[in-house]
Amino acid sequence: MERTTQKMIEIPRDVMTGEELWQPGVLSCQGCGASLALKLALKGLGRRTVVVIPACCMSIIVGSYPYSASQVPLLHVPFETAAAAASGIRAALDVRGEKDVVVMAWAGDGGTFDIGLQALSGAAERNDDILYVCYDNEAYMNTGIQRSGATPAGAWTTTTPGEAIKEEPKKDIEKIMLSHGIPYMATASVAYPADIYTKFSKARSIKGTKFIHMLSPCPPGWQIDSADSIKVSRMATQSKVFPIYEVEDGKYTINVYPEKEVAVGEYMKAQGRFRYIADDTVNAAQELTNNKWRELTGLADRKS
Amino acid sequence: MRQLLKGNYAVAEGARLCRVKVISAYPITPQTSIVERLSEICASGELDAKFIKVESEHSAMATLVGASSAGVRAFTATSSNGLLLMHEVLHWVAGARLPIVMTNVNRAVSAGWNIWADQTDSISQRDTGWLQIYCESSQEVLDSVIMAYRLAEKILMPVMLTYDAFFLSHTTEVVDVPDIERVDEFLPPYRPDFKLDIDNPRMFGGLISPDYFYEHRYTVHKASLEALNYYPEVCREFKDVFGREYDVTEEYQIDDAELVVVTAGTITSVARITVDKMREAGKKIGLMKLRVFRPTPVELWRNVLGKVAKVVVIDRNLSPGLGGVFANEIQAALYPLQTRPLIYPVVAGLGGRDVTPADIEGIINHALSSDDPAGAPLFWGLKQ
Repeated sequence: MERTTQKMIEIPRDVMTGEELWQPGVLSCQGCGASLALKLALKGLGRRTVVVIPACCMSIIVGSYPYSASQVPLLHVPFETAAAAASGIRAALDVRGEKDVVVMAWAGDGGTFDIGLQALSGAAERNDDILYVCYDNEAYMNTGIQRSGATPAGAWTTTTPGEAIKEEPKKDIEKIMLSHGIPYMATASVAYPADIYTKFSKARSIKGTKFIHMLSPCPPGWQIDSADSIKVSRMATQSKVFPIYEVEDGKYTINVYPEKEVAVGEYMKAQGRFRYIADDTVNAAQELTNNKWRELTGLADRKS
Repeated sequence: MRQLLKGNYAVAEGARLCRVKVISAYPITPQTSIVERLSEICASGELDAKFIKVESEHSAMATLVGASSAGVRAFTATSSNGLLLMHEVLHWVAGARLPIVMTNVNRAVSAGWNIWADQTDSISQRDTGWLQIYCESSQEVLDSVIMAYRLAEKILMPVMLTYDAFFLSHTTEVVDVPDIERVDEFLPPYRPDFKLDIDNPRMFGGLISPDYFYEHRYTVHKASLEALNYYPEVCREFKDVFGREYDVTEEYQIDDAELVVVTAGTITSVARITVDKMREAGKKIGLMKLRVFRPTPVELWRNVLGKVAKVVVIDRNLSPGLGGVFANEIQAALYPLQTRPLIYPVVAGLGGRDVTPADIEGIINHALSSDDPAGAPLFWGLKQ
């Protein structure tokens, strides 16, 4: 049983002892990355935070009336409106003189890559002082695993069934967001909780639009054992499919240099959703990953 | 102070006088000069508000969902396609009981493109839960913005004010712009009991199971109906402070009328002078101007129209396959009465086609000469 012997690594004391703003008893699936990520994010942000949630898994996970797991104010909004609603809250808080309160939009990949992209682009272009987090489980999981613009090539979903596996690679949301010239863009993963804590603590102090792309494993959607969601998330970073880095005012920093290297094919083989993938798709994914890693390491300052 | 203002500038003045705190809007003809004027008065400091220049009307309304939920007075303005793009969020705002006020310049809906007066845009939003009030003059638009916030913030429902493209949005009239201090007396600052508040964290708008949702929707319905009780009170108080008189509807020459024309928007002004003219010729014609359309003042309509022999309803809107919507709803409202007037549904003036005094007289004479309204709408002025 690998699970019982796996060591809890990289979790500093303040992550463990920080104020718990996300209560237990939520309606997430076992092994859900999204709920864990939000719990860690709120520890980094603290109590002076308002959360906006569009239609996504989290709309359900947080609880049904009259219950809520959130210990900070939380506003549910329509699917494509997370960024716009966050901008509105920001404006109102500024009017109220509560400029130190952070407004965080917490949206899934469908709500970010697809239906919410226009509003997000608008907010980023205005450089509204909000923190936008995309917890990316790489498909419309709340509706039962349909392909989104974030679904990687080769993945099975209910709308890309065995005979029609998704061929198009994942949309590069990080470059899209960076092209807006926002002051802070970062990636994060539940496999690296201390990094989440650090990045959210940092984001709270940066003025303007902050975007954090959070890889968020989904055991039913990825067809993995719920006990393996952290392990598979870590493989995403070890294989360089999902590098952990940040870009602050144009300065690139890679935050995690993987302790061991994993082939992209190995990462894919660990998940049932890639069972139909063809060899040449795996090879193409490996090449794309290599190129992106080369580009990223070229942009990053290794000495920092 | 009396000023020359077109309808759109009267709206901007109304927003300024109400000291709105967050504005979010997107330009669309013929609403654009509201956005321009509001940008100017926010930039100059005449109005201390955050103006978020969003990338769509959908985001305009979504931004106000955030702002209003955070407890500040919020405003937007739109028209036609812009209003239609907001549709999803309009439902959300009413369900969330957010007292947002919006002005909509009534403009035709596409295809094909038409930027002129037509009420089909706001009519098509009648089931969203937004209160709807139709306005006839620049003065009425300005005054209605002020009254709308009083109403909205008391019953916690959003209010949409509408007025006709160009006939009003771009027509300059003399408007009495009240002193802002007097508006402050009439309209206190917005201080909601519930808002996004880090000292009192709550969750808004989440999942509601079938055990509670039905009751939730019923409270929205009840809140809307409450406007029928509270709005007359707002109007009375407004008259006490500012001297101008408004109500849920306006009745003109109604007491001995044998035929009553029902209108909304600028057609009302044309109908009023036509009533005067026909009265001079000895014809007992009256007028009922629709102001509040949602909530639907069913009892009031019955009281005003139930006694007369004939009712002509002029719709500058069309629900294809049905006809004019005002006529349809008035027919439905009067149906339970034991004795009902003959109701003549008329569609006229779609897409900015002018409706002249001669048109109104022709429509009335048509109804006077016929004792069979036939049920189907008369499409007045339709080219063969």
